[in-house]
This record gives sequence, structure tokens and C-alpha cells, in this order.
Amino acid sequence: MFKRIMAPVDLAHVERLAAALDCAADLAKHYGVPIVYVGVTSSAPGKLAHNPQEFAQKLDAFATSEAARHNIEALSHAAIAHDPTTEIDDALMRAIGETGADLVVMASHVPNVIDYIWPSNGGKLAERAKCSVMVVRA
Amino acid sequence: MSDNTDIDETTGIPAPEGASELIDTDYEIGQDNIETQIGPVGLDIHNPVFLISGVSVVVFVIYALLAPQQAADFFGWLRPTLTSTFDGFFLSAANIFVLFCLVLVVSPYGSVRLGGAEATPDYGYAGWFAMLFAAGMGIGLMFFGVLEPAYYFGTPWGDEPLGAVRPFTEDGALIPENVDAARRMALAATSYHWALHPWAIYAIVALALALFSYNKGLPLSIRSAFYPILGERVWGWWGHTIDIVAVFATLFGLATSLGLGAQQANAGLEYVYGIPSNVTVQVILIIGITAVALVSVLRGLDGGVKVLSEINMIVAIALLLFVLFTAGAVGIFVDFGKTLAAYAQELIPLSNPFGREDDGYREGWTAFYWAWWISWSPFVGMFIARVSRGRTVREFITCVLIIPSVVCIFWMAVFGGTAINDMIANVDASAVKANVIDAYKPELSLFAMLDGLPLAAITSTVGIVLVIVFFVTSSDSGSLVIDTITAGGKIDAPVPQRVFWCTFEGLVAIVLLIGGGLGSLQAMVISTGLPFTVVLLVMCWCIFKGLMQEHKHI
Repeated sequence: MFKRIMAPVDLAHVERLAAALDCAADLAKHYGVPIVYVGVTSSAPGKLAHNPQEFAQKLDAFATSEAARHNIEALSHAAIAHDPTTEIDDALMRAIGETGADLVVMASHVPNVIDYIWPSNGGKLAERAKCSVMVVRA
Repeated sequence: MSDNTDIDETTGIPAPEGASELIDTDYEIGQDNIETQIGPVGLDIHNPVFLISGVSVVVFVIYALLAPQQAADFFGWLRPTLTSTFDGFFLSAANIFVLFCLVLVVSPYGSVRLGGAEATPDYGYAGWFAMLFAAGMGIGLMFFGVLEPAYYFGTPWGDEPLGAVRPFTEDGALIPENVDAARRMALAATSYHWALHPWAIYAIVALALALFSYNKGLPLSIRSAFYPILGERVWGWWGHTIDIVAVFATLFGLATSLGLGAQQANAGLEYVYGIPSNVTVQVILIIGITAVALVSVLRGLDGGVKVLSEINMIVAIALLLFVLFTAGAVGIFVDFGKTLAAYAQELIPLSNPFGREDDGYREGWTAFYWAWWISWSPFVGMFIARVSRGRTVREFITCVLIIPSVVCIFWMAVFGGTAINDMIANVDASAVKANVIDAYKPELSLFAMLDGLPLAAITSTVGIVLVIVFFVTSSDSGSLVIDTITAGGKIDAPVPQRVFWCTFEGLVAIVLLIGGGLGSLQAMVISTGLPFTVVLLVMCWCIFKGLMQEHKHI
């Protein structure tokens, strides 16, 4: 049913994504398709990496470890945004196109009133993406 | 993503796009940060810098409110004393910055690319220029574009530039044989303040920050530029102090400009629409500007500041073209050519720091401007660095120094030239002369000039809107910069922090507007221009050392 699954990953908070990542891995095993782990970074140095190249390397290492852990095929794709905290949805939308994914499995928090003031990551993605999106609540 | 397998030998970190000289340090960006969650709101703040900056801002505001006369007396004495005592220093330093930039353009170091040898620019030219102007000079051009040339042309207060001749008699009649010389000098002296020198100040800071961040992997914060001099000490109290002073100067620079700007906008609204000039209207203006800035902050860099800057650039160009064609395009183009020539001829005498007699101009305008711009340079420089990745040093300096200088001179030729022509043609009835020379009301100068052209109500409204949107972009980009510095150089701190700084700045402006203290605290900010001048001179040296290492990789 699906040919390629995309799993957005926040490398700084991987422990919060356990449910979504396990779900994505299970689906990948079930359908026998690869997962593309997508991370969004900026071009300026940050906590995770000094530059986008280093970030891509770390993401790749993460993908390799997930592949070994779940016995699936895993790829990585690093997306660069000028202002990551405000542009995550747009960066992920672009990544869907660039990776050719037809299912996105992502983590999200339970909706609350703050979402009316500043939107949650992924809220817009679920609304506007052309492919299927599965939101796994923590 | 490009398949780049260059690994830097000393650090083990892969190089950014194309090779560059990464700095080997154990410092991890964010290692001094407190990361926590207050309810639904995330926090990621640099431990000493955020807290000390915030507290010291509050302390100074309280001081200004509790002892307004003392604050006004002290800073009202300090700022002019500094600009008159150290005018030689300010002028010499600014000359060094210009020369340094021009030397970099022609040197082989100009080929070093910000972000690595194969980096591509983050933004196209149009968006990039729009953001440069909005951050660096938009408000200034609107406010001083008419005022300054008109002022130098006819000032009766003895502060003509370089002893230029007065074209008016004591009774306000015109002296025809002095007109050309006075006009030439007025436009040249104005151009001096808005062309190479101020942009060089911003270019130096921006270049230093971009180089040490994108090429060398250090956090995007003012302290990183000092790594060649301070080494690992830059992560300790040396660095904390540099960052705290930068945040302090930026926040107060923005807040006091916002407060004073609200007063100016109110005066303009009164002149055009008869809206009364009082604190209530001004507070409403500040709240409105802050609210729009908040929306822009939430939309982020590309969706917020960039969009507003581009809109403002288009509207400003439209206003410029309108004035150009209604005031006589051919004459103004001739004026522009003459102004460029005059600027080139008078540049050296005007930038000469010693042995001059025009104290009023040199201390009251030039040194004042340099101190003011240097105190703004951490903010503007950091913002320019943020949006300039991917450009070569040569391209960067050409586009941040040379092209904006030409544009600013053209702007002055159009707006200032038209104002001067108005003063010459209607000596008795000129609104410009009435508001700049006969009675000094600087905030009305732009509207006075537009009054003499068709569709004055529309163009004046456009002018007010432009000023307000420039304040919004300043507030937004300023919040971004303060947030980055107080998060230890991280540009991905939670958005609520930017919202906090944007709101805090508006609040400080309102408090100072109501309680008094705008003028004195602005004088305080400008006084920080003196220590910052030393900082910038050190930055030149650090840029040189940094480029020397990068050059190996071209």
C-alpha cells in the first residue's frame, strides 16, 4: 500500500519520539518498505551540529542504528531551513516531495490552547500534505 | 544534500559546504543553557547572559523612572562630552573601517566564501537588499532624508559642515551667489553620513560574525568573533560581558528609538490629520507596532521580516520615484551626479579627524552618528550576518557597502535636493524652511517637503506607514538577534522567547515614554558607542586572522 515512509525526527529529543518511531518501524516491516528519517536543521551552528554536513552525518548514523535495531531499510534526509523553529512544516512538506514519501508517521503532543497562539509542529502538515499522514500522540 | 566527505583533521567535524577552517574547541553550543518547560512553553536560555541582561535592563529603567532629572543630567552630560572629547577617535576609527573593507574587496581574501568554499547564498538579491535596508537604515533615511540636507543648507546655528557659506541673510532673505556652494556642501556632508562609513561599520560586524559562525562552527553570537584574541576564555566571563553589553545596547537602542519614533509619528499624524499629539496616542502607536511585530516574529524570518522588508522596499521605491518625477527628474539626476562628485571630492576633508574648525558639525553630527551607529552595530551586524551566508567576502562587501552607499546618496539627492530646491524657490513660504531653519521641528521635515508636491495627503500617509513598518521590522529583527544572543548563539530556541523579548521591548518603550527617560537612556546607549568602537577595531584584526586561515581553502 505504501512505497516509502517518512519519519520526521528531532535528534535533540529522540526519547520523546519513541512511540512514533516504533510505529513507523513496525509499518515499514509490515509493508516491507524503507523509512526515510528526516531532520530539519539550520545553516548556523547549533547544539547538535556545527554545520549542515555534520547534522547530515549524525542523522545518517541515527538511521543506521534504527535500521539495525528494527531490521528494516533506513535512509536519511537532512532538510535545511533558514529559521527552523518557525519553518518546520514547510521544510517537512518540501522533504515529502524530495524523498518521494507516501506516508508520514510523526509524533505530536495532545492539542491545547497554546496551539491557537503559536501552532504546533505538524499541525499544518497533517492538513496540507498530499500524502497520508499518521500522527502518533505521546 | 551534497556528498561532502571533507573531514577537518583537527576537529573531526565534517566541513560545511566546501572546505573551511573549523575551530577546534570543546565548547558545545548550548552547554551553558538552561532548558526547561514552564507549562506548555519551552525555554532554552543562556545562563548568565539572559538573566543578567534582563535584570540590568529592569534596573536601568527603574533608575530612569525614580531619578529622571539625575538620569537626564548625567546622560545628557555624558553623551555630548564623549562625542566632543573623542570625536577624533570616532572619526579615525570609522575611516579605518572603510579602508579595511575596501582593502578586503581588492585583496585575495575577497574570494573567501561565507559558509564554506561551495556554499550557495541563502537569499536572492532582492530579498537580501530589502532586509539590509530595513534593518540598517530604513528609519534613518525616512527621518533624516529631508532634514539633514535642508539643515546643513541653511543652519543659522553655526554648525555648517567645513565652514560652508550661508545662503540666507539674518532676516531670511536669499543670497544667490552662495546658493550653489551651500547646496553642494549640504548634500556632500549628508552623503558622508549615509554612505561608505556607516555601512562599513555594519559590514565589519556582520563579516566577523558570519565568518566565525558559518565557516568556523562557533555559535552565532558577538563573543565568537573574539576567539582569535581570547581563545577559550571567550566562553567565560569575557564573552558573557561582551554579549550582555550587546544585548543591553540593542534592547535600549530599539526601545528608545521606538518611543521617540512614536512621538515623531504622532507629530506627523498631527500635521497631516490633526490627530492630537499626546502620550495616549503614542502608547497606542507603540502597542500597535509591537502587535504587528509579534505577528511577524511568530511567522519567522522568511515569513515575517523578509516579507515586510520587501513590501517596504517596494513602497519606499514608489515614494522615491513619485518625488523624483513630480519634482523634476532631470534636475534631480543632474543633482545626483553632482552630489556623487561632491562626495568624492569632499570625502577626505570631511573624514579628516584633526585640525578642523567645524566643531558643531563634526561633534554634534558626525561623531554623534558614528557613536550611534556603532552602538547599533551588534544588532544590525548580527542580523546581516544571519542572512548573508553563501556570499564571498568580495560580493558581501560590495553589496553591503558600495551598492547601499550609492542608493543612499541617490535617496538624499532626491529627498534632500527637492527640499533644498523648495527652500530656494519659495524663500518666504517654504514649509521646509519653516520647520527646519526658522523653528526646529525635525519630525515634520519630511511632511513639509511632501506638502510642496502634489497628492500631499496620500504621500504623507504613505510616509507615515513606511516609518511604522520600518519600526516593525527593526523590532522583529531586533527580537531575533537578542533571542539568539541570550540563547547562547542558538537560532532554534523556542519561539516564546522571541515573543518575550519583543513584548519586553515594547513595554520598556511605553514605561519610559510615560515616566520620562527616553532621551536620557538613548544618550546612555549612544555612550556605549565608545567602548564598542574599541571592540570593532579588535574585530577588524580578528577578521584578518580568520580570513588568513580560510584563504588556504579557496
